[in-house]
Amino acid sequence: MIWVTVALAAWIGGWYLNIRLSHAANARTRAGQLAVPIIFGVTILILWEGLVRGLGVSPVILPPPSAVAARIASSLPTLGADFWQTAVKGALTGYVLGCGAAVLTAIAIDRSPFLQKGLLPVGNFVAALPIVGIAPIMVMWFGFDWQSKAAVVVIMVFFPMLVNTVAGLKAADAMQRDLMATYSASYGQTLTKLRLPAAMPFIFNGLKISSTLALIGAIVAEFFGSPIVGMGFRINASIGQLALDMIWAEIAVAALAGSAFYGLVALIERRMTFWHPSQRT
Amino acid sequence: MRNFLPILTVVAAIVVLWYGAAVKLNSAWVYDQATRAGADVPAFSQVVSETMNQDRPVLPTPHQVVAELWKSTVGMAITSKRSLVYHGWITLSATLLGFAIGTGLGVLLAVGIIHNRAMDMSVMPWAIASQTIPILAIAPMIIVVLNSLGLQGLVPKAIISAYLSFFPVVVGMVKGLRSPDQMQLDLLKTYNASSAAAFWKLRVPSSMPYLFASLKVGIAASLVGAIVGELPTGAVAGLGARLLSGSYYGQTVQIWAALFAAAIVAAGMVIVIGMIERGTLKRMGMVR
Repeated sequence: MIWVTVALAAWIGGWYLNIRLSHAANARTRAGQLAVPIIFGVTILILWEGLVRGLGVSPVILPPPSAVAARIASSLPTLGADFWQTAVKGALTGYVLGCGAAVLTAIAIDRSPFLQKGLLPVGNFVAALPIVGIAPIMVMWFGFDWQSKAAVVVIMVFFPMLVNTVAGLKAADAMQRDLMATYSASYGQTLTKLRLPAAMPFIFNGLKISSTLALIGAIVAEFFGSPIVGMGFRINASIGQLALDMIWAEIAVAALAGSAFYGLVALIERRMTFWHPSQRT
Repeated sequence: MRNFLPILTVVAAIVVLWYGAAVKLNSAWVYDQATRAGADVPAFSQVVSETMNQDRPVLPTPHQVVAELWKSTVGMAITSKRSLVYHGWITLSATLLGFAIGTGLGVLLAVGIIHNRAMDMSVMPWAIASQTIPILAIAPMIIVVLNSLGLQGLVPKAIISAYLSFFPVVVGMVKGLRSPDQMQLDLLKTYNASSAAAFWKLRVPSSMPYLFASLKVGIAASLVGAIVGELPTGAVAGLGARLLSGSYYGQTVQIWAALFAAAIVAAGMVIVIGMIERGTLKRMGMVR
């Protein structure tokens, strides 16, 4: 009972603190904008811990955060190996290959309006399909190891990336292109000096969407068959043992990896497209 | 018509490439069979014809997939366990239920966020951050945990679908409900409009384009959630189960047929939402 009371008290206290903070004079400062969500996150964790302990929820249904943290601390090597197998070997390889292929394809079809008119609707259509379903086929073709996961990721990220890059290559307006023409710039010069830089915001938008898709693709593909290492494999195997703390630990790693990956892309974007209005503060 | 020609060309090119790939990938098996039988190396035309209709090809040809789709939808009673209509309906019902729950809760949370500053500052960063997280990874866990609580069948899958469509809708709706500019809000203030009137007469109408954009993202995510949610229960029913059992038994044609069925369901739902969008925006006079 004490645990429940403590949890509820923490919840009310945290919420009250947030209301006060968000209406305080310095709420719009950077510190205020950082503090409020962090307090919210911490209260959720306390509430979770307190309710699980106080109500005696079985760890097979929902382990408390402390158990998850203990599990992360005690099985760091396993989690590290899983991360390496799934996120770096599977997702990152596929991400680089898929995004690279999509950008090259977009540049290749750039000169043909006919192909663009045909490929774009098809690309938009495919981008909305449940492509993860291709995972069992890829596992059959490329085997259980990371190659099949990378193949799934390549197909998943290709079309969002293609659609964004093609849209980006159209971003340079007619006046700027005319200027390049008056400089007697060749097609290649116009492409590298004007149109690719102008396309960067769109390309980075595609890269950000793809960064999430890549990790999802690699994890889900492992549900269809994998060697005995990998985040998807660990989640699937831990379900059989009802080791929910292990699953939550993997999810924490996946969340961290996903956010870090996204953050990295956003950071590079900030460096490279500093001139774009959305990046000015 | 001018717009259809390029699309048809590209689709035709994909089909041709597909046949080419099928010949190349499936020919290994044909050569293998020939060597095992001790026969001569078969002529190329014979190889091509034999790659077209294998039972378990590496890559089924398009006509095989279409034939399988036709056989398992039209050529079979809907109640049959091998009918794709049956499996598709199971997946679709979970998707739609989850989508309805997720969208409803998402809109409610968005309304709360724009009216309550503390909620905005605490929840919004997490809602945005959650989009970078591979949420789908927890799908199997939700299924198993709810199973041990005695919940089976439709509801656990619907919860995953709801969860996946929830965050896109929240982010889109918050953006949409905030889209009226200060001038318009000030105008309503000079009319002495209450905040409820401002909400219904200004914020809700101007959020509609944003709502539909996020609904399209959400429904696609819901379907993926429902399919993945079918994997850990051991391939009982649904399109995800068809994929899994196909991969267990090496039935490639079955996998491709299930994949195409899922694609058709997804495309159908996106098209339906697009039609509702066009109708709604037209009646509101917002069609560009």
